[in-house]
Amino acid sequence: MRKISLSKLPELFSAIAKTSALYLPVDTKAGAKFEAWAVGKTLSNALNTVRSAKDFFFPQTENLMDFKVEGKNIELIDTRKECEDFVLFGVRACDVKSFEVLDRVFLAEPQDTYYKNRREHALIISTACNKPQETCFCGTFGIDAAEPSGDIVTYRTDDELFFDAKTEKGKKLLDALSSITEEADEKAVDQQKALIRERLQKLPLKDLKTEGFGSGKTAEFFDDPQWKELSSACLGCGTCTFVCPTCQCYDIKDFDTGHGIKRFRCWDSCMYSDFTKMSAGQPRLTQLERFRQRFMHKLVYYPTNNDGLFSCVGCGRCLAKCPINMNIVKVMKALGGREDA
Amino acid sequence: MPEMKEPLMPVIGVVTDIRIDTPDVKTFRVVTPDGKKAFEHKPGQCAMLSVPGVGEAMFSITSSPTNEEFMEFSIKKCGCVTDWLHAMEVGQQITIRGPYGRPFPVDTEFTGHDMLFIAGGIGLAPLRSVINYCRHYRDRYGKIDIVYGSRSMQDLVDYKEIIDEWATDAGVSVHLTIDREQPEWDGHVGFVPNYVKELGFTTDKIAILCGPPLMIKFTLQGLQEMGFDKTQVYTTMELRMKCGIGKCGRCNIGAKYVCKDGPVFRCDELDELPDEY
Repeated sequence: MRKISLSKLPELFSAIAKTSALYLPVDTKAGAKFEAWAVGKTLSNALNTVRSAKDFFFPQTENLMDFKVEGKNIELIDTRKECEDFVLFGVRACDVKSFEVLDRVFLAEPQDTYYKNRREHALIISTACNKPQETCFCGTFGIDAAEPSGDIVTYRTDDELFFDAKTEKGKKLLDALSSITEEADEKAVDQQKALIRERLQKLPLKDLKTEGFGSGKTAEFFDDPQWKELSSACLGCGTCTFVCPTCQCYDIKDFDTGHGIKRFRCWDSCMYSDFTKMSAGQPRLTQLERFRQRFMHKLVYYPTNNDGLFSCVGCGRCLAKCPINMNIVKVMKALGGREDA
Repeated sequence: MPEMKEPLMPVIGVVTDIRIDTPDVKTFRVVTPDGKKAFEHKPGQCAMLSVPGVGEAMFSITSSPTNEEFMEFSIKKCGCVTDWLHAMEVGQQITIRGPYGRPFPVDTEFTGHDMLFIAGGIGLAPLRSVINYCRHYRDRYGKIDIVYGSRSMQDLVDYKEIIDEWATDAGVSVHLTIDREQPEWDGHVGFVPNYVKELGFTTDKIAILCGPPLMIKFTLQGLQEMGFDKTQVYTTMELRMKCGIGKCGRCNIGAKYVCKDGPVFRCDELDELPDEY
């Protein structure tokens, strides 16, 4: 284990940025946001970024390929490029777990090469959550905010940052930083973990359970009469899907630039009315069906296809951002709280 | 990295023939620029066709895999991409990727059985691939019955092929019907589900259904009344798709994705899915 004084963070970032691009949460007018580090930028003290970290692997829009059309002929241009190595600093336990959820979609055969390329070139430095907040419920999904995954896990005390390398990639970077870090014992980190776990026990959502949900439970919940009430105020704005670290639905659209056609992939949302609309009809006619789809996917369909893993990491972003204050916690409490469940 | 095969990356296809089937259905023949098939497929599988700048859409491959020269797609004009496809001329290039989805079990469950194909309207498109596959390997299957209906005589897809080739095959019976009387039509008149009941098939067959949702619903009911078990009846589904590989998230019915777990389903498998299609 290594450590560095918090006063030396600018030196640390500068040293990492010499090895590869470095992204870290910084404060902006719109809240904390991952940005490329540059001299003068300081690490945000916010618990988490407003948007999740999924953009780094599954960007909101990306160019998949280009076409040149001349008369009846089409030329396909492969615009893929090898991604450069980058370091993602300060990722929280929930967001690190979301990468695993996304991996099971994008890295399942046939693999998505756009996603895979970025994923392989990323080094994740996670940070344990000293002050988890009242919207946090990562523990519900078996995530320990005191012990995140990542290539390097960091712990912050009042005046020091501790590093624990978990992978070969992480060890290599930590070795490269040895001139500015110093050897540390685990005592301070153990104390910090204990403190975090104590705080996790005081969170209002600590008792939220996934019991009843999971693999193969479609019939148990699909026709539940409560979907009507739960979805009644949903505006279909899609905010929950956009801030969600595990929502991965996408659209593919072409754009004619005037001198060629660019094919883009963009985030899409199952909350939108045209998401499943076809010329032949629409299987999800009302917001009830769209709303149900989102939560059934996270709590039942995804686990059914992924060994019981849930497609929610309890980051709490949807709790904070939904304009009508509806969210997965309320859905889980309502549906899980049935007497016959 | 660019050497890695990207599933969303299509290849170029050239439309070498356009057949006008009905007032709103055309059948397009597609090969690669060097005159080959874009890829091999199995009956029931689909391909993503695109007109760059207009969009991509999923279509069932209507030609049989036994056709070694080209692929065919029977496409009904009903939206942005299909409007564009219907307006194009021979020689036009498009893009194509695939094949996608679970095919009909032609080499396993279907082998050795009598086959009953039931189609309505453009629903014949995905079945044509299976019908021609069964005709090609004629000795692997028993008797073949084909019940096909459309709104009018003009709306029957593949009419010439049905009359000239299918109906003249030994062991193949074709039963055509149209919804309403027409002066030039001397065949059966009436809806497909009723016609199937009138024809009264023995239940020792595999039945394959494709057509509008209501036709499928009532035909399946009719087959069950005749004594067919749902495990003998197959159908093929259609939902909106963007990727074709179970990642874009929109063609699911419950935990199943139509693009990769379907589009072919045995009717008893549909009972396990929520009613959202």
